[in-house]
Amino acid sequence: MSFNSLIAIALGYVIFLFAVAFLAERRAIAGHSNWLQSPIIYTLSLSIYCTAWTFYGAVGYAARSGLEFVTIYLGPTLMMVGWWWVLRRLVRIGRAQRITSIADLVSSRFGKSTQLGIIVTLISVIAGTPYIALQLQSVTLSFAVFSQVEGVSWDQADFYRAAVWVAIGLAVFTVLFGTRNLDANERHHGIVMAIAVEAVVKLLALVAVGAFVVWGVAGGPGAMLARIDASEINLWDQNSGRWIGLIFLSAAAFLCLPRMFQVLVVENADERHLHIASWAFPLYLFLMSLFVVPIAVVGLDLLPAGSNPDLFVLTVPLNQGQGGLAVLSFLGGLSSATSMVIVATLALATMVSNHMVVPLWLRLQGSQHATMSGDVRHVILLSRRLSIAAILALGFLYYRVSGGGTALAAIGLISFTGAVQILPAMIGGVFWRGATGVGAAMGLITGLLIWLWSLFLPSFGADAIISEAVMTNGPWGLNWLRPQALFGITDLDPLVHGIMWSMLLNAGMFVIGSLVTFPAPLERLQGAQFVNVFDHSNAAPTWTPAAAGAEDLLIMAQRIMGGNEAQAIFEQEAKAQGKAGYLPEVTLEFIERLERELAGSVGAATAHAMIGQLIGGSSVSVEDLIAVADEAAQILEYSNRLEEKSKEQERTARALRDANAKLTALSIQKDAFLSQISHELRTPMTSIRSFSDILREGEMSTDEQARYAGIIHDEAVRLTRLLDDLLDLAVLENGQVVLHEQTGNLSDLLDRAVRTSGAYDGRLTILRHRPDENFNLTADLDRLGQVFINLISNARKYCDAATPELTIKVGRSSMGAFVDFIDNGSGIASDNQALIFEKFSRLTDGSKAGGAGLGLAICREVMQRLGGDVAYLANVAGGAFRVTLPPAKNPAKLEQT
Amino acid sequence: MGKRVLLIEDEPNIIEAISFILSRDGWTVHTHEDGMTAMDKVLGFPPDMIILDVMLPGRSGFDILRDLRGNDLTKDVPVMMLTARGQEKDRDLAMRLGANHFMTKPFSNTEVRDFVRDLMRA
Repeated sequence: MSFNSLIAIALGYVIFLFAVAFLAERRAIAGHSNWLQSPIIYTLSLSIYCTAWTFYGAVGYAARSGLEFVTIYLGPTLMMVGWWWVLRRLVRIGRAQRITSIADLVSSRFGKSTQLGIIVTLISVIAGTPYIALQLQSVTLSFAVFSQVEGVSWDQADFYRAAVWVAIGLAVFTVLFGTRNLDANERHHGIVMAIAVEAVVKLLALVAVGAFVVWGVAGGPGAMLARIDASEINLWDQNSGRWIGLIFLSAAAFLCLPRMFQVLVVENADERHLHIASWAFPLYLFLMSLFVVPIAVVGLDLLPAGSNPDLFVLTVPLNQGQGGLAVLSFLGGLSSATSMVIVATLALATMVSNHMVVPLWLRLQGSQHATMSGDVRHVILLSRRLSIAAILALGFLYYRVSGGGTALAAIGLISFTGAVQILPAMIGGVFWRGATGVGAAMGLITGLLIWLWSLFLPSFGADAIISEAVMTNGPWGLNWLRPQALFGITDLDPLVHGIMWSMLLNAGMFVIGSLVTFPAPLERLQGAQFVNVFDHSNAAPTWTPAAAGAEDLLIMAQRIMGGNEAQAIFEQEAKAQGKAGYLPEVTLEFIERLERELAGSVGAATAHAMIGQLIGGSSVSVEDLIAVADEAAQILEYSNRLEEKSKEQERTARALRDANAKLTALSIQKDAFLSQISHELRTPMTSIRSFSDILREGEMSTDEQARYAGIIHDEAVRLTRLLDDLLDLAVLENGQVVLHEQTGNLSDLLDRAVRTSGAYDGRLTILRHRPDENFNLTADLDRLGQVFINLISNARKYCDAATPELTIKVGRSSMGAFVDFIDNGSGIASDNQALIFEKFSRLTDGSKAGGAGLGLAICREVMQRLGGDVAYLANVAGGAFRVTLPPAKNPAKLEQT
Repeated sequence: MGKRVLLIEDEPNIIEAISFILSRDGWTVHTHEDGMTAMDKVLGFPPDMIILDVMLPGRSGFDILRDLRGNDLTKDVPVMMLTARGQEKDRDLAMRLGANHFMTKPFSNTEVRDFVRDLMRA
């Protein structure tokens, strides 16, 4: 096996992974994602727990310390078998709250706190970077092994060069498949599929090497067992403190590592997958660990003394002349390393981007960003991509600085301990309502400091960062602050010592901090939602009603999620409220829902802040909270009592509550509409009142008098027109309208409309092609004419070209005959196109809609009654409307007359 | 030269009416129609008082009020809010955000004049 063909195989494998990821993405987009979301794929994706450190390192670990390596597998196994209900709670919360990362979980639980998001992100990045470096090291080492077989040994520069290329490749893969879309809820099907394939490859590789060792080298299980007994590996000389510490550590890390949280919670498609995974994943771990001891024993027997046991999985097959097996094992190691790095980088980049870069960017943008500044979505994607590159660069840098030696190998467990500092805040947050953000911050910071002091900084080696003198005597001669003998506890294994103190003090500060501080209102609500996630799905509202328009919210949502998705959400909500179009009433429930949707893209804290800016910052107050709590308690008590009586009565109670909710929703809708009408009526009335006051006071020129009387007249006309429109719309909406069907010629109808709309005043040139118009149709022609008049006078009023022109074009599509009204003005901005058919919509680009904004709403209602349609034509230069004529009775084309 | 009032409002006729009333009372009336750039306008020349409509193109008057109160240059400038929506909760919101007075359209001219006089005397 030449080194070059190994490179070719590795490249081929990587291309294969790209193809797998690409096809999975494609199928997911096409809607065939069922099998992508199977519990088996979920279980396999969890296997990123087994990194190169476990793939290669477990054998080395066994060769050095006997069975202790098993603890690394026991922790997650116990978690899955006995503590799956903790996972289920996390998964449920993750879905309900649209959690994007572990930092988002902690931040969201404690009142959507930006600071906590930053702290957790920092911990994760500091603890995660050495781990990424470790993976880069293992890949480059395995390349070097093959190179040595050819007699070429690598120097340091070769290692670095290889590591750079590996890091770049991983960055490209992660950017390509990790930042295609924003909403974490859409999940990364491509990446998950690729790591599932890699999970199979690494398991196959390890089992194949193991089977070869047992049957091919040792000559069967019996002979293998005899060989193990005879070997020097001291299987059972165990330190019980380390065992307990390590089992705890690996179980906790299984929950707290950002990459595990990503696959366990964020990428989880269905809570029920946990049922399968709770036995299937332990089985996977069992198979992964089954042959570790045999490979270690045989490796020690076969290979010369002093060989690196961390590479036995590769070197044993090579030593036995099994080139193919060695390549398989190489691919297994490559899979372990790459899948871990990809997911870890993706998770860390999401955290860095959502909790550090985007909040900072928003702050720099000032308070006007939400509805005006550039494309937020673009900024978020860009910052995620840059974060991915930065994190891989950090990993490489750490690898370079640490020199890639044995210091790095020892860092795995230290890394785990760092990540596990999040455990108290996370578990406390989801099980204990009394936990507060201050407590969480105190615990996290304490844990981080102790971890840095007792484990992380000493890991760089004596005198590297902490001097030998400080290690033995403590800083400033303070004996009780010695990094590995804190508070006078000596004689402990340094790792166990670090785990014990960091976790004890972390949890202690968390509890004390939570007990002595009082949670903010928002924190209480979030706490209740997290802790009671299984009890009730009806969340208490965290907003008080205020002055946010549905339009503003839609525009903000479009900026973040992109036009189609945002419009789909708004349209769906509007439909649920029984309205057509894109603008639902801004109910509390809707704001909550929108906030959760946005949180899926930018994290809870940022989404909350953005909504807050639109709503006017009127987040929930203590009074509201108490009111909500009282109400909730009363409802609960009430229904409890009913439950005791009979289920029948409870059903009645639920029906009553539903009815009540419906009434409330209706009255909110009515409120908003009334307040709009009030605005539209009061505005002309204000001018009328004010100028009549002025006229009464006298003391002005005749010119002024005439002018003010003119204004009063115009405003009175405007008021009347508005009232007419309102009545018309009310009749149309109630469906009380009686249609008077007539048959007439379309061309004549258009003639009349052009005349009535006042378009002959010379301001607007109208271009028509009469032969196309010449056919009869049967419909309520007065109503249809009303729609035409509206569209023509709109063009007359709002077309902003120097010489305004309106083209009226008749055509035919699969939907039937249509009439297009296209002017040569600048048209309507794409953000606003969804809004213009709403009652009283006001456009946001500053152009004034004028009138009352009822004209187009009336057009829409009329066309719906007539069985046709009116729509705005996007992608046409100028303002462009299409009226689709009613289908049934239209175009029996007449002979040309 | 009289004191300066800035009128932020987008209805041309209402602008004309208020300008007329206040100039007769000795004020120099400056006007601005756009919500988005209103803050820049205010900071460009801090006026002695501001009359602020709620429903403006681009940006709500409530948002502008919040910015005014959050800025050291303008946090003490008297602000009178105008709205045509006429709901109690709008009044509450305006007062909570720090408006000095809240007036529902339509208003009588004397009401505007008296309030502005009171405010400057105080």
